[in-house]
Amino acid sequence: MTSYLVSLLGGALIGLSCVILLMLNGRIAGVSGIVGKVVQGIDVWTNAAFVAGLLLGPVVYFAAFHHWPTVTVTASLPLIMLAGLLVGFGSRMGSGCTSGHGVMGLARLSPRSIAAVLTFLASGIAAVALLRGAFL
Amino acid sequence: MRHTRLRPVAALAAGTLFGFGLALSGMLDPVRVQGFLDVFGAWDPSLAFVLGGAVAVAMAGMASIRRMSRPLLADRFHWPVNTRIDAPLVVGSAIFGLGWGLGGFCPGPAMASLSLGLTPTLAFVAFMLAGMVAHDRFLLGRLS
Repeated sequence: MTSYLVSLLGGALIGLSCVILLMLNGRIAGVSGIVGKVVQGIDVWTNAAFVAGLLLGPVVYFAAFHHWPTVTVTASLPLIMLAGLLVGFGSRMGSGCTSGHGVMGLARLSPRSIAAVLTFLASGIAAVALLRGAFL
Repeated sequence: MRHTRLRPVAALAAGTLFGFGLALSGMLDPVRVQGFLDVFGAWDPSLAFVLGGAVAVAMAGMASIRRMSRPLLADRFHWPVNTRIDAPLVVGSAIFGLGWGLGGFCPGPAMASLSLGLTPTLAFVAFMLAGMVAHDRFLLGRLS
């Protein structure tokens, strides 16, 4: 139960971050879009600063709680590489990821984002089912 | 251009809060993410609380943002221009979800967990960037 409350609080801070970025800079906090802009060299300082902040977040977490957040990777390295390729390619083609479509898109009630979220939830569920051997 | 120099500062603050929120919520852990997507197995609903909390706060913020004529540090709001539910949106999102499920990482948590210096995360981000560049070079060039 406590872990749900912590998750809810963490989520609320993510939502607050999106509100701050939109209110101050007028930009949607979509991580794939922001990372893509750094790669493309668009508005590099501002976008790179957001990415630097993303990396700083877990460091602040460490300073506060004296332990790193848990990151348990079970997938093999080749599978991780394939997953990275698919995530990078798909997020650019679909104009967003879990943050841009999932948080800001849903908050704006954008039909395009609702369609994107339903689609990536469905294919994510299918991918995990595939990993668990549900289709074998 | 208004307050150009303050915009990276605002972005750094927002990014830090975002990364901290990801760390606190458990979103950095691929096992938790895959547990959330494992609806036919041992389903872990905790990430629904992350998304719920994030969307609720963002929605509340949107109510005030809609009353603003422009952002505090920029000339205008950059809303997405495309409003059509088209093939690239659906196909791209399906490909994204497949990678999300297989690896347990989406772009935000992948970037944030770089600071832990783990090899799988570094590999994931390197290939994520390659996937982005591949899309922009080969697919975007052909479509436009």
